[in-house]
Amino acid sequence: MPRFWRRNRHWMTPALLLLPGLILFSLVILAASFETVWISLLDWDGIGAKTWVGLANYVELAEDPQFYVSLKNNIIWLLIFMLAPPIGLALALIVNQQIGGMRILKSLFFVPLVLATVTVGVVFGWVYDPTYGLLQLIFGLFGGTAPALLSDENFATFAVATAGLWPQIAFCMVLFLAGLNNLNEDLIGAGRVDGARGWRMLRHVVLPQLSQVGFIAIAVTVIGALRSFDMVAVMTTGGPYGSSTVLAYQMYEESIFSYRFGYGAAIATVLFAIMIVFIAWYLRGLIKAERSNA
Amino acid sequence: MPDVSEDAKLQRALYVGGVTLVVALWLLPLFAVMLTSIRSNEELMAGNYWGWPQKFSLIENYTAVFEQTAMLRFFLNSLLITVPSVIGVLILSTLTGFVLSRYPFRGSNLIFALFVGGNFLPAQIMMIPVRDLMVRLGLYDTVYALIVFHIAFQTGFATLFMRNFIAALPGELFQAARAEGASPFQVLRHVVVPLVRPALAALAILTFTFIWNDYFWAIVLTQSDAVKPVTAGLNNLRGEWTSAWNIISAATIFVALPPVVMFFLMQKHFISGLTMGAVKG
Repeated sequence: MPRFWRRNRHWMTPALLLLPGLILFSLVILAASFETVWISLLDWDGIGAKTWVGLANYVELAEDPQFYVSLKNNIIWLLIFMLAPPIGLALALIVNQQIGGMRILKSLFFVPLVLATVTVGVVFGWVYDPTYGLLQLIFGLFGGTAPALLSDENFATFAVATAGLWPQIAFCMVLFLAGLNNLNEDLIGAGRVDGARGWRMLRHVVLPQLSQVGFIAIAVTVIGALRSFDMVAVMTTGGPYGSSTVLAYQMYEESIFSYRFGYGAAIATVLFAIMIVFIAWYLRGLIKAERSNA
Repeated sequence: MPDVSEDAKLQRALYVGGVTLVVALWLLPLFAVMLTSIRSNEELMAGNYWGWPQKFSLIENYTAVFEQTAMLRFFLNSLLITVPSVIGVLILSTLTGFVLSRYPFRGSNLIFALFVGGNFLPAQIMMIPVRDLMVRLGLYDTVYALIVFHIAFQTGFATLFMRNFIAALPGELFQAARAEGASPFQVLRHVVVPLVRPALAALAILTFTFIWNDYFWAIVLTQSDAVKPVTAGLNNLRGEWTSAWNIISAATIFVALPPVVMFFLMQKHFISGLTMGAVKG
């Protein structure tokens, strides 16, 4: 045995080092994800027997009005989240100055990023509170009454997504600041020699160099909007009357509360299929960028 | 870009003042919650939600959180879940990153792609089987369910991170070690481990924040107060203490404290880690 080990350790040690992480990840993450696709073809309450139903869950989903509510809300999330990259860029440009005191201000902008979504939910619940919230305070100044956003079918999703925007803007800001740090000094200098200042410098010299980081910010934001779950669960639990559910939340509700694991798995699979399109687009963009850099 | 550095001092001060105002607005909601956490009950009843508190009840409110709610228990649970998970992720990803960057073999790129791709999966796609697995293993509703899951999931992102970091280390070090007849394990111990400290620091703060703030898996894999982490605990508290906004606010600040403190202590690591994570994956 020792001889066998000595002869083979040059490849066996690496294999043994790789295995714990690889096995755990494959088993818990990858295998589980594939299993969900299979479960979506079953009728299953989570405990009892599993019955094969083929595509019945998907057929039901296609006729489920709640599914279209979730889908529509996911699109609303996506549209609202698209504000994050431009606002993040604007904030990044504002704080990207070599002045004393700017560093601490910069850090303060990042704070929402490290808060738990539950915390963000509480904080914005406070803003939206219909009797004493900040919003009511502002409406009150003009003698009006703020709508109870979170209990209004027409506003709930907008209110929740806007709250979710807060940390997302901070995330985009971090990305753009990294991009601004990597600007090509020569190009800036050349721009200055050519008399570009202020707005023109920004438009013609700085922004073109941020296109790659901008792409990343947009992609990460799209994926973030599609993944949204926590804020909905914390702020509205999908209500009122299921008007603010998103796919991720509907899936959770069908599985955990209604014990319809097969149906939940079908929703998860659809969500995943939608995301794959964006993930593939994102990875393709990254690979392209890497090639052009090399 | 306005070049402030060449302008007069006054202009600079005005600029900083303006940005300070924007930050104040940006953090206003959080600041209000902080203020409310030291407000008295009477003031809340009287509707003083946003004004300056007339009487500070810092001690009373936070004592109430510790004594009348299970927050301290939840906080401890979060530590019991987060700390072992972070350590597990650091160990596993150092190993996987080392092998995937320094011992290329047929299929190693595919394995790497699996780690990276798995990282993007939405949590819901694996929810049912993971929950089922934990039930069958008898881990459901214990901290181990969350520890095992978080280690497995974060290993995807962390492998990407460590592999890129180790691949960027100077190759001569590895060649020299190999020329001296060092075994892979010795290379790991004497070359890699001393050099990856900065990467481990960045990874530790990032995964700490991710795991501490997790809400989804907390509600999917745990049920009882004895194992629930702070995020799920806080949300329950909101149901039980609906009108006691000062208590809820104090609990909220308590939940937010560890990641915010860690962020300010290790800001550079956090930002560099997050940027690299997003750019490379």
